[in-house]
Formats: sequence, C-alpha cells, structure tokens
Amino acid sequence: MFALTEPELHEALTLPSTLPTVEIVEAKATEYAQKAGFDEDTASQLSMVSREAAVNAVLHGNKKDPNKQVRATFSLTPEALTIQVADEGGGFDPSAIPDPLSPEGLLKPSGRGIFLMRAIMDEVHFRQLSPGAEITLVKHRNRD
Amino acid sequence: MSMNVKIRHVGGVTVLDLSGRITLGEGSIGLRDAIRDALAAGSKKILLNVADVNYIDSAGLGELVGAYTSVKNAGGDLKLMNLSKKVKDLLVITKLLTIFDVKENEPDAIAAFA
Repeated sequence: MFALTEPELHEALTLPSTLPTVEIVEAKATEYAQKAGFDEDTASQLSMVSREAAVNAVLHGNKKDPNKQVRATFSLTPEALTIQVADEGGGFDPSAIPDPLSPEGLLKPSGRGIFLMRAIMDEVHFRQLSPGAEITLVKHRNRD
Repeated sequence: MSMNVKIRHVGGVTVLDLSGRITLGEGSIGLRDAIRDALAAGSKKILLNVADVNYIDSAGLGELVGAYTSVKNAGGDLKLMNLSKKVKDLLVITKLLTIFDVKENEPDAIAAFA
C-alpha cells in the first residue's frame, strides 16, 4: 500500500501544561495512525496510549506548571509510526511503577497508563532529560 | 465529547446507560457521581450498560474499578453488560475482566442479580 519512496512525515508540537494539550496529542496521534494505515482498533488504542503519555507529562511530569511545556513529536516512516512526548518535570523511574496485574494492583484506581503503553505498542522507551522525561512510543506498520 | 448517563430501573436493578467517553476529567467524574447518587438513593443492584461507550482510557478504567469498589463496600453488586470489542479488549489486557461480572445482554444481567 505504501511505497518505500513515500516521504517521511514529521511534526513537532510545543504545548502548555494543560488538559487541552492531552486532547491535542490524542487527536494528532489519531491523525497519524490513520495516515499510517492502521485499522480502526489499532488506531484507537494507539491514540489512547498517546493520550496516556500526554496525561503523564501534564499531570505527573509538569504538574500543570504554566512555566513548563510539553513537547510532542510525530514521525511516520515506511517502517513505523513513532510518537514522543517529553515534559520538563522531575523525571521518573518506570521500574518503580507497581504491577497493575498483581492482586493488590488490580483494584487500584490508577497506575495502568504505562502498562497499557507497553501492552499496545511494539516498543516503549523512556529517557531522562535534564530536566524532564521523554516517552517514545513505536508502532510498526504492517506491510502485508 | 464527554460521557452521558441515563438512569433506568428494571426489576429492582438500577441500570446506568453510559454513552460517550469515560476519560480523565468530566467523563470519569460523571460516572463517579452517578454511582454515588445511585448508592445514596438506596440502590444495591447496579448494572452498567456500556454499549455506547466508544472510548475509555486508564482513568476511565480506574473509574470502573472505583465504581466496583464503592458498590461492593456499600454491600451491593455491580455488573457490566454490552461490552464493545474495544472495551472488552482493554478489560482483557488489564485483567479487569477477572474482577467484573460481565453479561452479554440486559435480560441475562437482570436475571443474574436475583
């Protein structure tokens, strides 16, 4: 469906630490998932986990600080869709997040965002910035 | 688009027809308020009809868990019905399908409260 000569699409957004930023990232992820040719279910899950990344950046990273920005980048190549969300907060340790599938984790009302990213995306990477944290979400394109 | 809740009473069961998005913010607060109001009104048998829920995020999943816990703690029983493939997939991935009592349709769900 897509030729290898297809030009790469790339977009970078710098957004405030507010809840509308979450909606913007979700909408842009949906747009790119559709451009990538993912089926509706995959596109919906992909936009949802992008939303989770934005929620984490706005609420947990930047703590809605008006002096801090969220940077979201969307890159589409013939091989994959890559979405990166970075904040300017204190950073976080992904290994410290409790397992939401454990008996005590199942009934917790929060703590499923990172888990869903890992379950739905092909690759999830975390990088500490100074200051802040960056999450990279990668979904490979099926070229059957 | 946020979430809407319509309330019906069928055979002693309070049915909450949810539609739209259960996400961080208004959507999840709407569900929380509806559960609180139903419990305050004395409902012990609560059925969530999620047929028209087209989107749910981790905050929304958390609200479903919160609803389950609130109803259980009040001595009641909460069930789900009419899960779309999208919602069911999320409950499978997160293993929440193991804690919720899920029914395929309303007659089965109502009968299961007896």
